[in-house]
Amino acid sequence: MFYRETGQFKQSYAADQAVFPILQDRLGLAVILLVAFVAVPLFGNEFLLASVMVPFLILSLGAIGLNILVGYTGLLSLGSAAFMGVGAYSAYKLSTIFPGVNILVWILCSGFFAAGIGVLFGLPSLRIKGFYLAVATLAAQFFLQWCFVRISWLYNDNPSGAIEVPARTLFGLAITGPSATPVTRYLVVLVIVAVMTLLASNIVHGRIGRTWMAVRDMDIAAQLMGIRLLPAKLLAFAVSSFYCGVSGALMVFLWLGAAEPSAFDIKLSFLLLFMVIIGGLGSMIGSFFGAALIHILPIVIRMLPEALGLPIAAATVEHLTYLIVGALIIFFLIVEPHGLARLWQIAKQKLRVWPFPY
Amino acid sequence: MSFKNWLYALSAAAALTLPAVHGAQAQEESIYVPLFTYRTGPFAGSGTPIANGMHDYLTLLNERDGGIGGVKLVVEECETGYDTKKGLECYESVKPKKPVIVNPWSTGITLPLIPKAAVDKIPVLSMAYGLSASAKGDTFPWIFNPPATYWDGFTQILQYIATQEGGGIDKLKGKKIGYIYLDASFGREPLPLIEQLSKELGFEAKLYPVAAADMQNQSSQWLSVRRDKPDYMILYGWGALNATAVKEAVKTNYPMEKFISIWWPSEDDAKGAGDGAKGFKTLNWHAVGADFPLLADIQKHVVDAGKSQVSSKDKVGQVLYNRGIYNSMLIAEAIRKAQEITGKKAVTGEDVRRGLEGLNIDEARLKEIGLEGFTGAVKLSCADHNGHFSTFVQSWNGTTYEKVSDYIAPMSDKVGPLLDADAKAYAEKNAPWPARAEACDAS
Repeated sequence: MFYRETGQFKQSYAADQAVFPILQDRLGLAVILLVAFVAVPLFGNEFLLASVMVPFLILSLGAIGLNILVGYTGLLSLGSAAFMGVGAYSAYKLSTIFPGVNILVWILCSGFFAAGIGVLFGLPSLRIKGFYLAVATLAAQFFLQWCFVRISWLYNDNPSGAIEVPARTLFGLAITGPSATPVTRYLVVLVIVAVMTLLASNIVHGRIGRTWMAVRDMDIAAQLMGIRLLPAKLLAFAVSSFYCGVSGALMVFLWLGAAEPSAFDIKLSFLLLFMVIIGGLGSMIGSFFGAALIHILPIVIRMLPEALGLPIAAATVEHLTYLIVGALIIFFLIVEPHGLARLWQIAKQKLRVWPFPY
Repeated sequence: MSFKNWLYALSAAAALTLPAVHGAQAQEESIYVPLFTYRTGPFAGSGTPIANGMHDYLTLLNERDGGIGGVKLVVEECETGYDTKKGLECYESVKPKKPVIVNPWSTGITLPLIPKAAVDKIPVLSMAYGLSASAKGDTFPWIFNPPATYWDGFTQILQYIATQEGGGIDKLKGKKIGYIYLDASFGREPLPLIEQLSKELGFEAKLYPVAAADMQNQSSQWLSVRRDKPDYMILYGWGALNATAVKEAVKTNYPMEKFISIWWPSEDDAKGAGDGAKGFKTLNWHAVGADFPLLADIQKHVVDAGKSQVSSKDKVGQVLYNRGIYNSMLIAEAIRKAQEITGKKAVTGEDVRRGLEGLNIDEARLKEIGLEGFTGAVKLSCADHNGHFSTFVQSWNGTTYEKVSDYIAPMSDKVGPLLDADAKAYAEKNAPWPARAEACDAS
């Protein structure tokens, strides 16, 4: 009843091709942005900002990166955590070599390093597909993680073997390091994630995105239509790794504060892949849904017994969390194999015909 | 499933989560001590006994004495699973409840907390792990890592080897010493020391790194050991790495009495390798076994009362259980000292930091606690947050660890300059590193 596009006539091609053609969607997006930019920083406590929202946004950005590769281009990758690591380590090196330059510049620049490495490991993708490509990217995961442990130049010969984030400021406000408040960190991450999501959304809705989707749906057909496969696939690797790299740099600089090489292990790669699959392959909003399910849901479950006053030991809660989240993942995949984004679509469709379903 | 049902499910979930955000405890006159534990995940085998030890000691103080100085302790466990991200989540979730101290129990979690500690005014007790350089109280006023660093431990093992060879440290000349270690920050930390000492003392070092992913597959390293035939082997491992190393050593017929580990292996690590593991040695700084008045009290007030999570009574007194006891003893004594210094009852993190700097547990105090002969005296100062205390060597006899050496002091003349250089380098790399602003209580 309320959610209906009746009467909204498009009078130009631009309006017809818009990412959000329906007024209600645009309003909804405005409300979400308003909540994210105003309500959450105003009313959220430190725990919500620092341990729920910041990680959620950073993981969402990583999931968007992986979604570009897996969801839009159909190239299976298990090396996303390593590409995140490349971003983190290059941001660290750049910021310690040139401490005068603003850290945000380096965080964004680190994406280019990750993109370069991504392209390098994407080269075999022209010849191999599916599981075989997954194994090739797995090699990237192990090789890069080995580099993070072994090449001491990467972590400035710290005896701890970890990268530690120096304190950096933006307009006189600390944004990294111990004195950066959760609100500042949240807002910085939110701006970067929002802008990069908008960019990604435009890329995938435009010519490049269509190229990728053509490659995903049938690469021989795409080739016959005149799409050059190698540049298309490598571009997907580059853009995907760029996003992963920025997300990795954000993870170390604005979330963790210090990271050992084990922060970028295969577990994180799998986690991102789960987010993409559960959220919805080839969907921007799905990346956010996936990250919310994998990151926020366990926190909520962990807090439930305490909130309800149940005396359950911390370890038992942890086991229960694993059980419940695991069961939920299976449940969602059975109910809707196309992910949470598809559920969202169904919900919108139902809303359009409500209250007179046919 | 219809859309309506989805909506119901969603609103139910939302209703359940709302109170969670405001679930903080508001108890008057209490001291909040969170314990970061890992009873789940790949390191649960080591983490569970430590968690039990820490938890049971503090529970005993509540049950038997009504807390410390008449103030109840609020002890709460937060499960980290040895995962840095979850550990930080734990830290953020306990921070609003004003903890007086945190024990990360993982080097990965300790590192991000080091710069935060001074800002949040919460001291960090990383007992014999974490950043070795944090022993320097002038640079790291909020971090404490007694009783010894990994560098200290390495020199203690070297000295033990020298005495086995029948003399002073010069006996190491010409010896071949193998070093098998976890190829992560923890195991790599002694490498610069090994490089320096092997030149100065004239021994040959053979390195056998084990990647974290291959902890349970060390056959290639042990093939190299068989080929190189080192005179002694030194082990720096954690979790499954220890158990596997002992098993592989037995399989390769390496003489177990020449296989010496840093302080982390447990009974189970040695037991798994069967009779062949007899003679395996580890460093330690506290006794094994439950033959102490305090542990008897824990048996009576905590374990028998069903307030402990130990799976069976004989777990009380195992190496890592007692390590947890030692950790909690430091916490409790620091709180007591803080009460003494400030005259307050419900102390804060700032007070406990002063308490840790003034920590002085002598033999008489150990006897009072009920831990006479359990460990050596502990005395920290503003400049020295580690103490660099002596440790001893214990040997596995098939059922338990037996103390087989005297207390060995670390070679501070070798380790000291490294620590100084390291603390300086840390402050430089993390510039602007705040200078110590905290006054020192003359103790």
